Amino acid sequence: MNLLAVENLQARHGLLQAVRGVSFALHKGETLALVGANGAGKTTLLRTIAGAHPASGGRVRLNGTDIDDRPAHQRAAMGIALVPEGRKLFSRMTVEENLLLARAAGRPGRWTVDAVMQAFPNLQKRRRHLTAHLSGGEQQATAIGRALMTNPDVLLLDEVSLGLSPLVVDQVYAQLESLMASGTTILLVEQDLRRALRVADRVMCMLEGSIVLEGAARDLTREQVTEAYFGLGRATVAGIPA
Amino acid sequence: MMIWLNQIIQGVLLGGYYALIACGLSFMFSVMRIINLAHGSLAILAAFGLFVLASRLGLSPFLGLLIVLPAMAAVGWLLQRTVLERSLRGGLLVPILSTFGLSIVIDNLLFQQFGADTRSLAPYIGDLSYSSWAITDDIDIGQLAVLTLAAAIVLLGGLQLFLTRTSLGRAIRATAEDPDTVGLIGIDARRVNATAAAIAMVTVGIAGAFLAMRATFNPYSGGQQLVFAFEAAVIGGAGSLWGTLGGGIVLGVAQSIGAQIDPQGFLITGHVVFLAVLFARLYPSRFALQLPRLRRQPA
Repeated sequence: MNLLAVENLQARHGLLQAVRGVSFALHKGETLALVGANGAGKTTLLRTIAGAHPASGGRVRLNGTDIDDRPAHQRAAMGIALVPEGRKLFSRMTVEENLLLARAAGRPGRWTVDAVMQAFPNLQKRRRHLTAHLSGGEQQATAIGRALMTNPDVLLLDEVSLGLSPLVVDQVYAQLESLMASGTTILLVEQDLRRALRVADRVMCMLEGSIVLEGAARDLTREQVTEAYFGLGRATVAGIPA
Repeated sequence: MMIWLNQIIQGVLLGGYYALIACGLSFMFSVMRIINLAHGSLAILAAFGLFVLASRLGLSPFLGLLIVLPAMAAVGWLLQRTVLERSLRGGLLVPILSTFGLSIVIDNLLFQQFGADTRSLAPYIGDLSYSSWAITDDIDIGQLAVLTLAAAIVLLGGLQLFLTRTSLGRAIRATAEDPDTVGLIGIDARRVNATAAAIAMVTVGIAGAFLAMRATFNPYSGGQQLVFAFEAAVIGGAGSLWGTLGGGIVLGVAQSIGAQIDPQGFLITGHVVFLAVLFARLYPSRFALQLPRLRRQPA
């Protein structure tokens, strides 16, 4: 059974239709990378799945249960965690306080403050520092750790490399890859095609609110994804119409 | 000299009450970004609740708090869910207008029920209302005033500990900072805000009790209390709990010294200090630029 199933999902920003009938499924333990240009609707799609943005149509199912009418805090309690674009940490609180907040989701599991510190060793010495005083990489690690503290079934990661230096991005991805290896189910929004193709099991490309390309990462070439990314030729792969 | 020292001590003690009344206002502003103009009226509502319990049931005001405070918490919860939450959706100005309207409703309902007579809880607390400790021949310290200051310190300190050491306190701080993001980690912002409003109303109830024990009140006393609360909160830096204590004390000392200079100067000195602080906060750069010039001027 699919862990997360999205069917004909639609979302708007006022008059603008940001997500147009998106459908896909995410299997347990899988890493699915969502790529696309700025304004393609990736962030809105993730926020809509997490309940932070209202859907204007379609369905979202988690473990077979409809969660369309559930607010964001209930979806977090059911097992969806979003690491939002821009991290959105609580800047007047320490790293530890940010992590402890996520216990409100009330889901038992292996993720505790100590477990996060082990997974992200760079946070250990910054544990009692305000997050406003952290480096970009440390802030991203805190944001991922905070989401993990909800012990999610599905982790949604929105542009984790945004605003970080290449060296720090490598460090964050090294930590993410160990999460992927441990069986965490991840839906990852990423602008860096090379990196998306390397870490993901499957890749989806969005253009103007729709999925225009979907396939196993090992079967796709960078050129194919680039073509779909910019809407060149509106190619179809794996049977998904443009 | 002793007269001035006495005025400062009395001012500090008076500041305890102002900190108490400002506590809820500051808390609601920092957590929910709401300036609650019904704050004073709600304190008077609590005072009347205690008065009814004391005068009709013979219940001590301190025991009466066991009934009135949970009732105020319920009022806060309902207020948040029915008025404030909806008002906030219309922007920051709408809650100001709606709470202003609410204060008029509360004042007039109290007037309809109790009339315009002035009342006090002082007759129901025995010697405490007038007992004092003589420190020197010239300085006496009222026991109720000391109790009020102690209550303010305990309440503000307790709130500070609650906000920093408990999971609900952390959730309240996080919701204050970013109500949209807290949902992503499983926190129900609506529930947290309603709880915060309930807590704020409990502090309002405590302030109303001390007001009614140390002074007189009538259905229209809320406006004056709101002004004191607002001034103390602004002087202390709205949203800062320990700042609120400091703001209350500064206001109390200013009023006390003003009263010593001129019997009519009690209120006006407080207002002047409030305006000076407000000016310094609104125009910090201009104020800072003037300071060195002022310092260089010969005495």
